Amino acid sequence: MAGALNKALADALEADPGVLVFGEDVGALGGVFRVTDGLAARFGDARVFDTPLAESGIVGTAIGMAMNGLRPVVEMQFDAFAYPAFEQITSHLAKMRNRTRGRVGLPVVIRVPYGGGIGGVEHHCDSSEAYYTHTPGLRVVTPGTPDDAYRLLRDAIDCPDPVIFLEPKRRYWAKGEVTSSGSASPGPGFDRALVRRAGRDVTLIAYGPMVATALETAEAAAEEGWDVEVVDLRSLAPFDDETVCASVRRTGRAVVVHEASGFGGYGAEVVARVTERCFHHLHAPVLRVTGFDTPYPPPKLEEHHLPSVDRVLDAIARLQWDDEVVGSARA
Amino acid sequence: MARTRAPELTLLPSEEPLSLLREDGSPVEDSPLAMPDDDVLVELHRRMVIGRRFDTQATALTRQGRLAVYPSSRGQEACEVGAVLALREQDWLFPTYRDSVALVTRGVSPLGTLTLLQGGWHLGYDPYEHRVGPQCTPLATNTLHAVGFAHAARVKGEDTAALVMLGDGATSEGDTHEALNFAGVWRAPVVFLVQNNGYAISVPMSKQNAAPSLAHKGIGYGVPSVLVDGNDVAAVHAVVRDAVASGGPVLIEALTYRIEAHTNADDASRYRDSAEVAAWLARDPVDRIEAYLTSRGLLDTARREAVAAEAEEFAAHTRAVMNADVEPDPAELFEHVYATTPAHLREQAAALREELA
Ligand SMILES: Cc1ncc(C[n+]2csc(CCOP(=O)(O)OP(=O)(O)O)c2C)c(N)n1
Repeated sequence: MAGALNKALADALEADPGVLVFGEDVGALGGVFRVTDGLAARFGDARVFDTPLAESGIVGTAIGMAMNGLRPVVEMQFDAFAYPAFEQITSHLAKMRNRTRGRVGLPVVIRVPYGGGIGGVEHHCDSSEAYYTHTPGLRVVTPGTPDDAYRLLRDAIDCPDPVIFLEPKRRYWAKGEVTSSGSASPGPGFDRALVRRAGRDVTLIAYGPMVATALETAEAAAEEGWDVEVVDLRSLAPFDDETVCASVRRTGRAVVVHEASGFGGYGAEVVARVTERCFHHLHAPVLRVTGFDTPYPPPKLEEHHLPSVDRVLDAIARLQWDDEVVGSARA
Repeated sequence: MARTRAPELTLLPSEEPLSLLREDGSPVEDSPLAMPDDDVLVELHRRMVIGRRFDTQATALTRQGRLAVYPSSRGQEACEVGAVLALREQDWLFPTYRDSVALVTRGVSPLGTLTLLQGGWHLGYDPYEHRVGPQCTPLATNTLHAVGFAHAARVKGEDTAALVMLGDGATSEGDTHEALNFAGVWRAPVVFLVQNNGYAISVPMSKQNAAPSLAHKGIGYGVPSVLVDGNDVAAVHAVVRDAVASGGPVLIEALTYRIEAHTNADDASRYRDSAEVAAWLARDPVDRIEAYLTSRGLLDTARREAVAAEAEEFAAHTRAVMNADVEPDPAELFEHVYATTPAHLREQAAALREELA
């Protein structure tokens, strides 16, 4: 996935001279996850460059640059280190179009490696999506596969609105074919969720790092006779009600899976939307499988925190209390 | 006075604020600053008188309930006008909530300037039309926008400088320090104008800052710094003009005073005494330039009356536009959140439409 992101950045830099890539250690080092590897050498340090170590400064100056016609793509080194930039993001980046009655749009992309599963120490594994999705004016997207990483990042850079681009860091090393290339990125569309696997009994709603986990769960569930559909949200904000609800109406059962803590989390929004729109189609309450409501744990305990295939399977089992319906559906 | 080159900008500000006019309006002979041309001085005076009248009018409109709140810049006209008139056409201004006089001096209409405070919308003018960023309320955040904007101009090969205004209190915010550091490293053409008016709401300088001056803060960032008398419009104009011409970052601290309370909602008597206010009233920036221009024969009674009449007309226009009731269109709530309105906002817009039908 890191390679797909690198290619997307390179192609975007190539396609539009207004695109700039900057942040901490993104130049000679190529970023701590090597997503910007080789870009400074290829495009020069006027377009790909290291900044002083200051997240509010990175986002604040990106806002000024975008006001002046450029398309900054900035990197926050890790999820929890984006918090110093929170004020610039919520008070200005998200609101500039609205404040100025549409006259000043800010095509800024903020890339944030997020989530756990890499044995990182504290402050390196937060899932901060709910902070951003709660802020009107921001688009929040997260790829689940290498191919989608390329496509979503190209779309994010082309987008006239600010985009928080969450990169599931445990999937940086995931292999996969990148079929999209060139400037036009055919695909489901920037705002759209995608059915990654079709199934009839249960819908698993996942995004980012949990897409792979959900697909694995679906395989395991198939062995137990459950036909599981997997929806990859891709765009957390805006939310694609249409694709998600169409799936839930087909299956009548849904589980939302994410790494972040559940309380007040993004999954609560998904459950609420699905319940409001699909209530009469539901055979069981919509369940969540999430991280615990604790600070992200130390590396040796993170396996307990992160939603596992087993935990998702358990949730699916809990949805089957009207087994007759499921049984007849499967028959 | 024939000197044309700007003095070398240094990291260390002078111990005493630079000035061109003494408090009584007599010229300072050995100032390192070049006195602005006569026509510039005459224009500075005119705009200060208009600006002050506008400010008084806005304060009055607040009392009549036409504005939700108004932060007056009375007493700070030399900074507001001197700095803005030092900008070239292509330069940008990044103001704060207090800088309404700077806005009208830059050509933004009274209604455009006051729309934010009137409550009709968050901004009343097109930033690109006037090269003025939205007035900034979160403190110091605009400093970074100015640095980014100026850096982008450099990248695009444009000769554009950005002037960002901030208060003494705002210099304590992290963003000010990040902005000065970025500007220093990038050599961005940004002028930071700190209007040190003595207080951040109620908090005095003694509780805000331990450095010898706020201008001293430039040293650590490699940003040349100037300390200037902020009630001397000739001096403020000269330092901003020279800073813009330098093509790099400059930090200017202008020593001035806020004559009114922080806003109409504030009770300034709780934290400062009337003797202090009286002392500053005696250093009035408008009186000072008037005394100088009069002594030079550049301002006579007829001209003074003409300027006063113009200011009166500007105030009357301001009253007229502000006395019209505004009824913002609720549909607009949903229009400018994203470039294209997403489904959930279209639904909410429809629901509100129905509710109002
Ligand atoms: C980040 C932030 N914190 C607090 C406030 C509330 N506030 C508004 S004005 C002000 C004082 C600002 O003082 P100063 O920077 O000296 O500017 P002045 O009002 O004197 O022009 C405060 C604390 C704010 N606007 N933004």
